[in-house]
Order: sequence, then C-alpha cells, then structure tokens
Amino acid sequence: MNSYAYTILIPLIPFFVFLFVGMAEDKLKGKLGGLIGTAGLGIATFLSYMTAFKYFITDHVAGTGYTSFKAFEITWLHLTEKLTINLGVLIDPISVMMLVVITTVSFMVHIYSLGYMEGERGFARFYAFLSLFSFSMLGLVLATNLFQMYIFWELVGVSSFLLIGYYYEKPSAFSAAKKAFIVTRFADLGFLIGILILSFNTGTFDFQTLTDPKGLAIASTGGAVFMGLSVITWALIFIFIGGAGKSAMFPLHIWLPDAMEGPTPVSALIHAATMVVAGVYLVARLFPVYAQGGPVALEVVAWVGAFTSLFAAVIATTQTDIKRVLAFSTMSQIGYMMLSLGVSGYGGEEGLGFMASNFHLFTHAMFKALLFLGAGAVIHAVHSNDMTEMGGLRKYLPITHITFLIACITIAGIPPFSGFWSKDEILVAAFHSNKILFGIEYFVAGLTAFYMFRLYYNIFWGHDRHYHHTPHEAPLVMTVPLMILAFGSIFAGFLPFHNLVTSDGLGFEPHINYWIAVPSVLIGVLGIVIATVMYKTENALPNKVAGSFSFLYKWAFRKFYIDEVYIFVTKKIIFNYISRPVAWFDRHIVDGTMNGIANLIVFVSFNIKGLQSGRVQQYGFVFVTGVIALVLIFVYVL
Amino acid sequence: MIDNIPLNAFLVISTLMFFIGIYGFLTRRNLITMLMSIELILNSVNINFVVFNKFLYPNLLHGHFFSLIVIAVAASEAAVAIAIIINIYRNFKSIDVDNLDQMKL
Repeated sequence: MNSYAYTILIPLIPFFVFLFVGMAEDKLKGKLGGLIGTAGLGIATFLSYMTAFKYFITDHVAGTGYTSFKAFEITWLHLTEKLTINLGVLIDPISVMMLVVITTVSFMVHIYSLGYMEGERGFARFYAFLSLFSFSMLGLVLATNLFQMYIFWELVGVSSFLLIGYYYEKPSAFSAAKKAFIVTRFADLGFLIGILILSFNTGTFDFQTLTDPKGLAIASTGGAVFMGLSVITWALIFIFIGGAGKSAMFPLHIWLPDAMEGPTPVSALIHAATMVVAGVYLVARLFPVYAQGGPVALEVVAWVGAFTSLFAAVIATTQTDIKRVLAFSTMSQIGYMMLSLGVSGYGGEEGLGFMASNFHLFTHAMFKALLFLGAGAVIHAVHSNDMTEMGGLRKYLPITHITFLIACITIAGIPPFSGFWSKDEILVAAFHSNKILFGIEYFVAGLTAFYMFRLYYNIFWGHDRHYHHTPHEAPLVMTVPLMILAFGSIFAGFLPFHNLVTSDGLGFEPHINYWIAVPSVLIGVLGIVIATVMYKTENALPNKVAGSFSFLYKWAFRKFYIDEVYIFVTKKIIFNYISRPVAWFDRHIVDGTMNGIANLIVFVSFNIKGLQSGRVQQYGFVFVTGVIALVLIFVYVL
Repeated sequence: MIDNIPLNAFLVISTLMFFIGIYGFLTRRNLITMLMSIELILNSVNINFVVFNKFLYPNLLHGHFFSLIVIAVAASEAAVAIAIIINIYRNFKSIDVDNLDQMKL
C-alpha cells in the first residue's frame, strides 16, 4: 500500500526540526525556535490525523478487519543472508492510534510551552529536545521490527534523560535525570536479552512474522524448554522487564517520581502520556506472541500491573507535591493498562482486555496530559509544587480550575466522561478473568477518585495562602491546550474503540455490564465524597485519619521505603560486596599487570640509556670489539 | 735484501700499525690525531697490498697500483678533512670531538 508511504515524514519532520533548531540554537532569538518546533509538529500532527482518517475510515472496507502492512521499509544493515536489520513504517490499528495520541499531546505541549517556558534560558534547546523526543517516540510506535523498536526505545530514554535534566544547574534535576536513565537502562538490558532469545529461537525480528495469528514463528521454536518454562515465555518475561522499566512498573518505578524535576510540560508529554506507555505499547505490539506463546508471561504482566496500580494509588494519597501525586497516579493508571493486557485473550470478545488497555491508554493520555498541564498552570501561578502552599486558587485561575476539575472527574471514572468507558472495560475484562485482580482494581478505582479530589480540593479550595504576588490565570497560549485536552477528555470515550483497535483487527460489540458499571461509578463517587468531607474545607479530619493509621501513613508517605531499599541494596550490598572487590581486582591485578610491564620497560630503558651516548667513537669501539669477537668466534670456534 | 725478510715480519708490522690506528681513532679526542690514526690504518693496508703482491704474484703489479690509488685517495681525503677541521675550528674555537654535539638535539 504505497499510498501510505508519506507516513515516513511523520517521524522525519520532528527529526529535521531537531537538527535545525539544535544546531541553530544560539541564532534563534526569542521564541523563534519554539515556533519552528511547533510548526514542524503541527505538520506531523496533521499528517497523523490524515493517516488515521484514511486508515480507519476511507480505506476501510466495511465488514472486514483492519490489516497491518508496511508502508515503507529499507534494509539498513545487511549482515548475512539470514540476518538483516530493517527500518520502516508499520501501519496497523495500534500504531495509527499511537500516532494520534503522541502527535496530539506533543502538539498541545509544544503550544503550551510557548507560554510556560517563556524567558527560560535555553528555550530553543528545550524545543530541540522536544522534537528529538517526538521523533524517537514516533519512530518507536512505527517500528516494523524489534530491533528498530529497540533503537528508538533507547532514543526516547536519551531524550527523557535530556529533558528531565533540562535545569542542569539544579543538583536534584540532574541526579533525577541520571536515576531515570540508569534505572530504565538497567531494565532495557532485560529487553535486549528478551529480543535476543526471541529472535534466536524464531529467526526473525519482524513484527508481522512474529505476530502472525497462525503462530508459525512460535511453532518454529519446537517448544524448547528452559527451567520448566518455554523459551518463548522466558523471552517474553525479559521483554516485559524492559517494558516495566519504561512504564515505571513495580519494582522499577523509582525513577518516575523523581523525573518530576523536569519542566512540567515535559512531565505531561513524556512521563504521563507517551513514553511511559511505551511498555504497554510493547506488550500490545507483541500481544499475539504473549497470547499464544506465553500465558505465564501474560500472568506476570497482569499481576505486576495490578500490584503497581494498588501500590502507587496508596502512595498517591499521602504525597503533597502535586506533580508527584500525578506521577503516582500515572503509575497506577499504567498498572491498569498492564493488568488489562494481562487478563486479555486473543481474538473477538476474548480480546476485550486488549481493546480496553489501548482504549485506556488513549483516554489516559488526554486526561493525564491535561492534569499535568493544569498543574503546570498552577505552578506557573504560585511558583511552588507543594499543595500545602496552595489553596483557594479557583478564584484566580478559573479556566485551569474548570479543566482540572474535568480531568479529575474523568480519571475518577464518572460517566459520561471518557475515563469511565475505558476503565469500565478494564474492570469487565478483569472480572471475567480473575476475581482477585478485579477486587484490587475495584478498590484502586475508589482510591483514584479519592486522591485526585484530595489534590483538587487542596489546590483550588480552602483559604488563600501567602502568595508572593496575586496568582494570575495563565496566558491564552497555555489555556487553549487545556481546553482542547478537556474536550478530548470528555468525548474520547465515545470513540468506537471496539471496532477500531482490537487484538485481531476485527470489531466486536461490547455490552455494558451494569453489575460492574454501576458499582464502579459508586465507588468513584464514594471516593469523591470522602475527599470532599476531608479536604473541601480545612478541618482536623485528615490529620486524625493519618494519626489513626500513623504507621501505614508514614510508610506510604515515604513511598514504602522502596528508594531506601534500593540504596541499601546498591550501596551496602552491591558496592561493598561486588563492586569493591571487582574494582580492587581491576585496579591491582589488571591495571597492576599493565603498570608493571610499563614500569619494567621504564626501569630497563633508564639503565641502558647510557649506551646511546651520541659519541661516535664509543660506537666505533663497540663496533670494532664486535668485529674482533666475531672474527675470534669464526676462527677458533667454528 | 728484502728477500731475506719473512712474510710474517711484514704482517706483524702492518697488524701493529692497524691496531695502533684503531686505538688512536677510538681514544683520541683531537680531530687531527684522529685523522693521523686513519692514515696509519690506510698505510697498514698499503703494506699488506704491496707485501702480498711481492710474495704471491711477483710477476704482476696489481697490488702496487692499488696502494698507489689508496695513497692518492688518502691525500685528497686529508685535504678535505683538514679543510673541514679548519672550518670547525673557526666556528667552535675547538677541535675536540666531545664539544661537537650541536647536531644532537
């Protein structure tokens, strides 16, 4: 289908913008760099929408499924006859959906940053990095094979690193950047091992071959088994480790809260809407392999997702930094998506979880980007991240207030907002698969509503604090993206995802299960009511509640001491018992050998350098002595 | 008269001259003395040419001619070498080889 060949431009335009803005950074005065970046991304957004419209509507023959095909492919490295590495563009329902998500959110963030980042040092640099990120993320979702995906996977890691460390003079920012990079890089090692196992056993990197519904690629492994699990299962578990690192799943989540040190639009783009769902996208991309080859791996995905969603939601109820609350909320929602993939089957209605996961990814991108951008507008107004320094802001920031409220209602799962539809599908999928998982997610739905409204009331209600200056509403360039995203948050739920994005490309008819939908709305409302009672007007209740669960509260407030555990494991155990001996070995044995050889040579040369005196007579003497010695040897010895 | 002197006597003389020349060449620091040592070496060789010609091929003259060539070359060599030595002396006020280390660095 060559009529899609232009899709290669969607990632390439941001790439060229990155090169241009990055190299001409010093010469771009004022907002010029930002305007170029925004314009470039605007074109990419337009092309993505055009692709989505064409793929889902005009090119679709009614009654048939959506096919996947390569719009463009070149052989990048031709290593051997069997082993070639290709780069290309794969078009199928999830990649097209991701195109829309990424370009929409990225475009909104580009516009928003024109106001938010105004006057910052390195304004053009910021836009260069945003473009680099957009390029990498688009390349990731369009990848035709695992290897290409891995390349772009690392590129998004780098751009995330660069953007978290944007304020590189701030020690907390660059240490957060390093932390994010190292933790995700460590997880990517798992991804790489998984790719190697999978492609070694199936003989291909190509997604279309791997995810062929007939399962030929998996059958070709001949059911090799390692330690009681098939090699495919091992490969998929390792690949999931990579996905878990990027998507901040427990226990590789520790980088995400710290990543909030980056500028807020970056948090909205990378750490809420796009990069952190790369793990979900990875599992979704390989979903047929998971479904056919590794039910155990899928179970791991489900449990890790469920545990993370609960764990993060509990922490979110205690944090006071508004961006961190949102970060934990993001983790929790991604946990939902992972769980949903984990409980899904393949094909038709069995694939409800798959559909729900992508649906939630889509709606979550809208409302979470909105929440972050709203939080950015609040931070812009009061110059603080801490909710204890906020209150009564609804008078000063009317537009931010309304849009933030919409996003809170959406994430709480109140119909008819989009969050309700996607979350409900996830709960239905979980209910049909595993009642324990369903119970966890049901409880988390209530917690989500509670902590989001705790955040909302703390920011916008209560009495005024001592502000440095009267808080003012953000400029139009910031509020317009908020309004657009609010619109998306409200109406995205009405998209017919069950027809568009399904595990096998064929649509199916979902039915609302009132036995699940009604209680899930009720628990959301319950969460909101509790939050209202506790936080709408300031009273002693929150402290009393915290006091009566003081142990649990402290535990959750300190994020269950996971960071401390990591510090303990790395500093006390790995550094002392592995790194130090290895470093000693390196310093004394390996370096010692090399230094010894060098010292020996220095010593010997120091002692024989007298021979090289530069006196011709001395050389002559040696020469004559040598001749005489040779003559004597030839005459008397030989 | 010369027929009464044995070959070995000539060879001993020439060997002594040769090694005295070598010794002088290697130990003296004065360029003139070194040049004289080289003359000694050349002349010891000349003696060998002449003596071997006389004792081995009395009817031929190749050895004599060769020593004549060597003497001619030695003369021109001495002329050139002394010219060089004079120039060195003008530049350095010394003809001691140990002082002539300008090219070392």
